[in-house]
Amino acid sequence: MKKTYKIEVDCANCALKMEDAAKATAGVADATVSFMTQKMKVEFDEGADVDTVMKAVAKACKKVEPDCEVFL
Amino acid sequence: MTKKQKKVLYRIIISAVLLAGLMILTPRIGIENKWILLVLYLVPYMIIGYDILRKAALGIYHREVFDENFLMAVATVGALVLGVWKTGDFEESVAVMLFYQIGELFQSCAVGKSRKNITALMDIRPDYANVEGENGLEQVDPEDVEVGTVIIVQPGEKVPIDGTIVEGVSTLNTSALTGESLPREVKAGDEVISGCVNMSGLLKVKTTKEFGESTVSKILDLVENSSMKKAKSENFISKFAKVYTPLVCFAAVAVAVLPPVVNQFILHQAPAWENWIQNALSFLVVSCPCALVISVPLSFFGGIGGASARGILIKGSNYLETLAKVKYMVFDKTGTLTQGVFQVTEICPVGSMTQEDLLSYAAQVESYSNHPISRSLREAYGKEIDNSQISDVEEISGHGVTACVNGMKVAAGNQKLMKQLQLEYSEPQQVGTVVYVAVDGQYAGYILINDVVKENSKKAIAGLKSAGVKKTVMLTGDSRPVAESIAKELNVDEVYSELLPADKVEQVEALLAKKDDAEKLAFVGDGINDAPVLSRADIGIAMGAMGSDAAIEAADVVLMDDDPAKIALAMKISRKTLGIVYQNIVFALAVKIICLLLIAFAGLGMWLAILADVGVMVLAVLNATRALYTKRLAA
Repeated sequence: MKKTYKIEVDCANCALKMEDAAKATAGVADATVSFMTQKMKVEFDEGADVDTVMKAVAKACKKVEPDCEVFL
Repeated sequence: MTKKQKKVLYRIIISAVLLAGLMILTPRIGIENKWILLVLYLVPYMIIGYDILRKAALGIYHREVFDENFLMAVATVGALVLGVWKTGDFEESVAVMLFYQIGELFQSCAVGKSRKNITALMDIRPDYANVEGENGLEQVDPEDVEVGTVIIVQPGEKVPIDGTIVEGVSTLNTSALTGESLPREVKAGDEVISGCVNMSGLLKVKTTKEFGESTVSKILDLVENSSMKKAKSENFISKFAKVYTPLVCFAAVAVAVLPPVVNQFILHQAPAWENWIQNALSFLVVSCPCALVISVPLSFFGGIGGASARGILIKGSNYLETLAKVKYMVFDKTGTLTQGVFQVTEICPVGSMTQEDLLSYAAQVESYSNHPISRSLREAYGKEIDNSQISDVEEISGHGVTACVNGMKVAAGNQKLMKQLQLEYSEPQQVGTVVYVAVDGQYAGYILINDVVKENSKKAIAGLKSAGVKKTVMLTGDSRPVAESIAKELNVDEVYSELLPADKVEQVEALLAKKDDAEKLAFVGDGINDAPVLSRADIGIAMGAMGSDAAIEAADVVLMDDDPAKIALAMKISRKTLGIVYQNIVFALAVKIICLLLIAFAGLGMWLAILADVGVMVLAVLNATRALYTKRLAA
């Protein structure tokens, strides 16, 4: 399953870091972050619980870029 | 500017004023105590840099060391320490932080602006739909309108949902969808697609789709997701950024440590630690990969946005990149290079018969038939047909029709019919479908019917050739003579005729197998039963996609109108964008490498380092925003 989330991030390099962080989160099959449209597209593993996974993704993103925001 | 950006701007102004004040005042007052100076300079430093220091600290805490906040923090704090220890020079550190923030602010404004420009170009999202309720017109959310509802579109409003007009006459502005500035006339019975702006009259539209399935939703979805499909050069940059920053950091350590050690133990000179540490700190300042990381996606985003302003939707940066490398362009014929509509192209009467009379006889005799050929005859005739004048209609399967028109026996059909009637007839020079007409047992002439080539097709093929396409190929299910004559007219290099849909896939696969890997093959179709070929080609281009879902889904590039000349334009936009991307990559890397060398060997100061870093980014971003402007590129 794929879902798109609105994000807020200030620099392009930070967006790349968020992408890596999201990809590394358990339950995420693939993730892409578009700095230009301020969106994150997440493809979840089969059977993953979207809410918990996304909370983990948001937390992982905060870790690499304290100023970012993922709107769940 | 957003609130966040304004706040940064105020911080920049305040700390710049404070810095300037300190630089002018402290020597005059004669403060020379390093500790007092440090405290004074710390005020503007903290105002401009507190968030960077905070993020750097958080980064260390989270073990995310090599980021630009960390680099800036180390470089500036290092400079302050060096100031207390040796130089007594503090303004450098504040200035570096200041310039860095100015650069970041500029970048965020530029990105915000281009994002806004692109959304303005694609400002087609309707906010509401008018539905006639009990209390007159009610505005409702387009998402809530069910299929089959009659909605009202007033002049000046956007059509919110695809549908058919049940009442009203108007002109529609389709420019937001197609880039075509000429308005389209519509009347009851016509289909309208969402996203067009109603210009003159009130329209009642019966919806045929849900909002989510309507053209406008599909297009918005496509454009918004396009930056998710990243181009090779984008991926290259993100990989590069990951290696580059740590590499420069280690290089900085080497610059700080190696030369003093060499000085002391090998050359037996003074180690000059402070000089080399300062050089190392300057190194760190240049190491931020921001110019590259921002300018590449910004260019692609601009290129995609600029293309959509011209009615070309590109589904991802990767396709924009591939488009520039297309060397083989394969076309479907009907509906792509030709209009897909049969039209009378030649009327050739014999004897005393006039062209008008010949057409009138043919149209009348064929008036009962629903065959596309008969329809095109009636359309060419253009007048009402009085059925009471026509009697004894007889259709001879595979031959044609005979009937009594105004008391005269008229026969219209192919060669077989003429042979059957034992009449002499003249064959036309040109290819196409021929209708021979006989009146009262006398051969009266023929009418030639053809699928008409689009106005721009020839120009399109020529344009592609000049855009560097090596070979153009046309695939068609049509008969050989027709296909060959059209190919000749348009200067298409190769033709394959009498193909079934499955044969088209085979042909494309054969072409794919023959070509070089670096050369890309594009297939252009009108989206109707072309889906398998569209997805098989390196890049699939669908034309005239207004309202055709299958095409939008299967293709990688969608041309919103029927104009084949847009393909060459799309290639030009793609080339321009890629050009900008490469310029930025080369320029930014070259400047950074030169700066690093100058710092290491010529002791270029931190001032110049930060100027170079921010300057490269500003120039790269400005260059990237050029990609958005496609108006001057000719189709």
